[in-house]
Amino acid sequence: MSEAIKATSALEGFASTGFASVRECGLTGMITLRGDLADKALAKAVKAATGAAMPEQRKITMGKSGKVAWMSSDELLLVVDHAQAPAIVEALTSALKDQFALAVNVSDARVMFEVAGEGNGPREVLAKLAPVDLAPDAFTTGDVRRTRLAQVAGAFWVEADGSFRVVAFRSVAQYVGDLLAQAGATGSAPEYF
Amino acid sequence: MLILDCPCCGVRGEETEFHGGGEAHLKRFGPDSSDAEFEGYLFTRQNPKGVNFERWRHANGCGKWFHAARCTMTLEVFATYSAQTYEPPADVIAAIKAKRPEWEMPA
Repeated sequence: MSEAIKATSALEGFASTGFASVRECGLTGMITLRGDLADKALAKAVKAATGAAMPEQRKITMGKSGKVAWMSSDELLLVVDHAQAPAIVEALTSALKDQFALAVNVSDARVMFEVAGEGNGPREVLAKLAPVDLAPDAFTTGDVRRTRLAQVAGAFWVEADGSFRVVAFRSVAQYVGDLLAQAGATGSAPEYF
Repeated sequence: MLILDCPCCGVRGEETEFHGGGEAHLKRFGPDSSDAEFEGYLFTRQNPKGVNFERWRHANGCGKWFHAARCTMTLEVFATYSAQTYEPPADVIAAIKAKRPEWEMPA
């Protein structure tokens, strides 16, 4: 009766080109972790899961096997391998069983896009959509920002190569994909930065 | 446009990133209160022209509630502060008085 259902990302294969290209990143493991971020046991569990140190306010840290983004004063987003996510949630849950903390695998409730391109192209795509100061010296690698993308909630950060990663809810994946693709369309670069 | 500083995540954002939550520092009157008290709790609002204390939520951001003291006429924000307070802290009142010397905290 039961057949194994293959996990698919929200917009598998979605891609567009322009002054900045947009690509859906495929299956990505994402874990929401809520708890006391100042707690040492929590920092240790996060380090064990991702290899990344605890991020400062509105920062993202990169580790060997994952990234840790600061989402709010009591919330982190762990970006890990999709297949590893359930095991990491289990490890986090058992490591934090004595405290008021919660780890949930939200991989399949989210979508992730990559916005890549020459120079400040990706930056300009995001600056068109979010009410955020995206000047190169105001928002750089290591920063993460939770905000809105046109009409929906989203978050983004800059990778070391200057490309942006955008995270949004899966239910609005098509909207966000189209939004990024249109904002990055050829001939529409504001060339502001 | 209204520019607010979220005291929870430190973001300086514009109005569309936040959501207003009405008047701040209301005292709730529940089941054992008189009809007049309950009606006041539900409906009676200050609605001043000038300094006003409001609740705001950083809806498209960290998701936390906070308080803001601002002028309803000029949209000037005097201070934003923690939601976990029953009345405006002294430094917020001082910040308002510095800009509006004639203003008095309403009873």
